[in-house]
Amino acid sequence: MNYVILGAGPAGVTAAETLRSVDSQASITLVGGEPEPPYSRMALPYLIYGKIDEGGTYLRQDPTHYDQQRIRYVTGRCGGVDSRAKELYLSGGEVIAYDKMLIATGANPIMPPIPGAHLEGVETCWTLEDARHILKLAEKGSPVVLVGAGFIGSIILEALYLRGCDITVVELAPRMVARMMDETAGGMLGRWCEAKGVRVLTNTRVTNIESGPESGPRLSVGLSNGQRAPADLVVMAVGVRSNTGFLVGSGVKTNTGITVDDYLHTTAPDIYAAGDCCEGVDLSTGKPDMLAIQPVAVEHGRIAALNMAGHRHRHRGSLNMNVLDTIGLISSSFGLWQGAQAGQTAKVVDEGGYKYMKLEFEGDKLVGAQCVGMTDHVGMLRGLIQTGFRMGGWKEKLLAAPERLREAYISVAQGSPTAGPMSPHVNTPRAGFHGGASGH
Amino acid sequence: MLKALVIDAGKCTGCKQCEMACSLENEGEFNVAKSRIRVFDFHTEARFVPYTCTQCAEAWCQQACPVNAITTDSMGVKVVHENLCVGCKVCTIACPFGTVNYNASTGKVIKCDLCGGKPACADACPTGAITFQDAEQGGFDKMKIWAAQSGNAATHEGPNTPKASQAAGTGH
Repeated sequence: MNYVILGAGPAGVTAAETLRSVDSQASITLVGGEPEPPYSRMALPYLIYGKIDEGGTYLRQDPTHYDQQRIRYVTGRCGGVDSRAKELYLSGGEVIAYDKMLIATGANPIMPPIPGAHLEGVETCWTLEDARHILKLAEKGSPVVLVGAGFIGSIILEALYLRGCDITVVELAPRMVARMMDETAGGMLGRWCEAKGVRVLTNTRVTNIESGPESGPRLSVGLSNGQRAPADLVVMAVGVRSNTGFLVGSGVKTNTGITVDDYLHTTAPDIYAAGDCCEGVDLSTGKPDMLAIQPVAVEHGRIAALNMAGHRHRHRGSLNMNVLDTIGLISSSFGLWQGAQAGQTAKVVDEGGYKYMKLEFEGDKLVGAQCVGMTDHVGMLRGLIQTGFRMGGWKEKLLAAPERLREAYISVAQGSPTAGPMSPHVNTPRAGFHGGASGH
Repeated sequence: MLKALVIDAGKCTGCKQCEMACSLENEGEFNVAKSRIRVFDFHTEARFVPYTCTQCAEAWCQQACPVNAITTDSMGVKVVHENLCVGCKVCTIACPFGTVNYNASTGKVIKCDLCGGKPACADACPTGAITFQDAEQGGFDKMKIWAAQSGNAATHEGPNTPKASQAAGTGH
């Protein structure tokens, strides 16, 4: 069997390794779109503030890893796919034939159509090459405009802050991390950043970018509030979009991402998709959605690979979740953090202490959660939500005192006679990682 | 011989010697907030439950790590490599048991690694609530005992319950 995996992020690398683990004879080719060994985009902020070097971003540290696994690693950009001829074309002219292919091409940052966005000094923070540019431009004291205070923007914010940059954040939404947390949490993050000396401009957009005056910073950023912000560097972090443009005419159907079935198979024969480029099922809604997070990419990569190898493995859905460190204030959100229709909410807020926890129930199940300033045992939230444990009497106790979450978890997950995979409709996170997947 | 932590919550008096020993062994200080094992205190029931990582066979934390900083050692233990951990905390939300925690003073995550084969918590426990035993019995049996004892459970099925073939503790 000749497997080709297009894309060498976490989904692609996990898929290649999974294929090797279940098929020792197969030919496995992993195609990366960048010159470096497979690396983690998530690690780039830590490279920017010097916690790690470039090698520390690599998905696998042993340089012989892919050879040892007999995974052929090639680099090139994909120019097109012919699903009838079962070939893919690299932009350098190389043709790669496959028996089964996985598309794991990830996502690309969106560049908003702002006049001047092409100017030197306007960067995204998506690739190692981007990070190298940012390292050159973001000196201690450099004025930097960060466009976008979503999840990715906020991680970049911390890296720029720790480099000592003078930061202005420009966010279109009324609060930071608007797609990850509510007004209370987003407001807390904003106030926290301002207390650290970061200018946070919400409900604001960038109108244009121009070259700065000769004596001053390189760029001048026009804002919808009528002001201009000087900048040595503008970092664009307004969102990402599935990287699927090369699939036009291939027979692989795309929506916002590649359309897949419950086995991560696309609409074209013998082509599967995984990670940010596809719309897998969201466990909380049961609907397809692009959940561009590391754990989902790995889950997809593994499940897709098992299906490619003929081990039927249904993807029952991935849980949306995020964790964010904003200059030392740590926040997380899980599942239906916005709450369920006709659901009930428990919350505890300490505005001055920057602490917040909110739990969302539907019936007697926990379906969503948000935390600020709380990190200990936070994974229990995932356990409860993903498993769909019935909380029984603990629901009332948590509605009165959400901080008793850990007690509730121990009681319900380890002890309640009504809990566990014996209950119907339960998606159990077993002590293995087939996240959100069921067996045959 | 592979060994595993066996927890008998019925014997726990809540003295927290295990937390102190863990913190001293791994962090060099008496700071229970940095212990990798925690004793949960059920105030209203006068019940205490020691709780830590069960070293899943295919661990959620390990799979979620973007830089391969969590690996499996020869004993089946999931070990965090401090030199590789970037402190992204994804493992802390990925672990559905909540047994990987972030240590803000180092900027890295911490989890139980059985102290390299001599768990300080078991040594410190004065009542035998935490013991380090040969994993001769299958992982499933061991987990049944653990789950039943830790929660006075009528059923031992929970997210910590492995498939019969999967490991708990250091077993396989």
